[in-house]
Amino acid sequence: MKKTYKIEVDCANCALKMETLAKKEAGVKDVQISFMSQRMTVEFLDGADEQTVMNSILKRCKKVERDAFIYF
Amino acid sequence: MTKKQKKMLSRILFSAAGLAALTFADTDGLLRFFLYLIPYFIIGYDILFDAVFGILNGRIFDENFLMAVATVGALALGLSGNGNYTEAVAVMLLYQTGELFQGYAVGKSRKSISGLMDIRPDHANIENDGVLLSVDPSQVEPGSVITVHPGERIPIDGCVVCGSSSLDTRALTGESLPRDVAVGDEVFSGSINLIGVLKIMTAKRFEESTASRILELVENAASRKSKSENFISSFARIYTPVVCISALLLAALPPIISIALPNTSPMWSVWLYRALTFLVASCPCALVISIPLTFFAGIGGAGKAGILIKGASYLEALSKTSCVVFDKTGTLTEGSFKVTKLCPAGIPGEKLLEYAAFAEYASSHPIAKSLMSEYGESVDTQRIGEITELAGKGVISSVDGRRIAVGNKRLMEHLGIKCADCVCHGTVVHVAADGDYAGYIVISDVPKVNAAEAVERLNELGIKDIVMLTGDRKESADAIARDVGISKVYSELLPDGKVELTERLIEKAKRGSKVVFVGDGINDAPVLSRADIGIAMGGVGSEAAIEGADIVLMDDDPLKIPKAIRISKKCLAIVMQNTIFAITVKVCSLILVGTGLAGMWLAIFADVGVMILAILNAARALAAKNT
Repeated sequence: MKKTYKIEVDCANCALKMETLAKKEAGVKDVQISFMSQRMTVEFLDGADEQTVMNSILKRCKKVERDAFIYF
Repeated sequence: MTKKQKKMLSRILFSAAGLAALTFADTDGLLRFFLYLIPYFIIGYDILFDAVFGILNGRIFDENFLMAVATVGALALGLSGNGNYTEAVAVMLLYQTGELFQGYAVGKSRKSISGLMDIRPDHANIENDGVLLSVDPSQVEPGSVITVHPGERIPIDGCVVCGSSSLDTRALTGESLPRDVAVGDEVFSGSINLIGVLKIMTAKRFEESTASRILELVENAASRKSKSENFISSFARIYTPVVCISALLLAALPPIISIALPNTSPMWSVWLYRALTFLVASCPCALVISIPLTFFAGIGGAGKAGILIKGASYLEALSKTSCVVFDKTGTLTEGSFKVTKLCPAGIPGEKLLEYAAFAEYASSHPIAKSLMSEYGESVDTQRIGEITELAGKGVISSVDGRRIAVGNKRLMEHLGIKCADCVCHGTVVHVAADGDYAGYIVISDVPKVNAAEAVERLNELGIKDIVMLTGDRKESADAIARDVGISKVYSELLPDGKVELTERLIEKAKRGSKVVFVGDGINDAPVLSRADIGIAMGGVGSEAAIEGADIVLMDDDPLKIPKAIRISKKCLAIVMQNTIFAITVKVCSLILVGTGLAGMWLAIFADVGVMILAILNAARALAAKNT
């Protein structure tokens, strides 16, 4: 399953870091963040729960930038 | 400016004013230190906070940490010695100003680019018991009748059932002339109703309508990153540790060496400060921001010109095109039949056409339609008498009392009339009046107006390998190819033959160069997806084309292909300029800072300066219109 989310991130470098971090998340096959269109595309592994995965991705992102946000 | 940015601007102004006031104040000692702390905290409190937050989360060496350590270090140096606190505050000020500008510029260009593609309809008007209700378009079922007022965007694809108007389809096709629609015409979501009120019977759900599909395509474009963008990610992975180790060496090595040497002092604080400055100067921001910005702007600019590119990777690959493969019908040609030759015998040409048009008046055959459109005037039915259709041969009608036979060679043979032999591609229509041969008309598919120019432009771009594929007969294929200037033609191909041939061309192409296939997406979807880059023409409304292709041309102008390649080349040139410029300036400033020739001011100034220039350069990609 592949889904695209709107995100809020302020700096391009942070978006890069978030992408690297989010890729390490369990249940995630691939993550792409486009800083320019402020969108995150997450490809989930089969059987992964979207809510749980996205919650922990958000948690990881908030560690990079305090006021980062993902709309999911 | 957002609220956040406005707040930052006032912090910058207050802090700058404070710093300016303090330069004139004559204070010393601890009082001086505490007074300078006021503008320092105004401008830098969030950075200090974020630095602590970063360390708590196990992230050392992020920008905030570096800024905090560097400025606190500078304050400490000032306190222990010369009483110079200006540098700490000024560096913080410059850094924040740079960040603010970057945020503002990026936000601005993001908005203007997204604005280009903003075709999202926000509501649909649906009539319920005589009352017009405004509802969310996703709730409208297919087959409902919606009302679209002048100035509104058509939310869902459908068919006009009442009213007539002009539509602005610029966002969909890039075509600036309004399109007139009346009852029975198909309309696409995303176009703007200009004049009259239209009632439209919806044919699809909102999600499946043109506007939604195009938006989805544009939004997903971001997830296909170009190689250059991936290059930056891998660059950062090597760059960051290298910079950190260099800084560590810079702090430790020179003092240790000078301890070993006689008569020199280690100068620990000087080298530590240089190492910190080195770290502050190392942020690769300009690179990280400018490359995706360039591709984003390129995709936006192309979108404005009616070229939808599904991802930065395709925009990048397009610049490496070495071979363009065209489908014939509907791509290089109009895909419809037109009168291309009048050969009268014994009567004027106009008369020949008039006879043919009148005789074929009642026929629904495509050939009759092209005769009618070539004739152009309305047919006076009073002049037509009895009409007899001979299946597979043609028609015999009475026009102005004369017996006109219009049809193929077999009809002429059937009537015992000797007709001219002609060697030409296309369909030949013979005409006879009262048993006498009157000449023939040739009807064939014609090349698009811009087809020849498009091929020429591709040649100018250095693409020598231009190929035409078609399922059509050899003679017609060769004739069209000659007209548009293509020398490599493969005709009489079945659909899987096209795939095979494209695969052979891909194999033959040099490593790293790309094979582009251009088709109309109707029966060449497999080839579109097999080619390195598939370009579909006349994409609006054709689901298969939008799905199978990597690039969709909203209208069917072949000139858009060389244009897309030029946009791609321009984007890559900008990316190259920015990368080289940013890395060069970065390396220079790191060397200057490391050797102590430049201070923290210059380092930050270089960083912000490079970033601003890189952003401005990237924005050039947006002006794809004149490319």
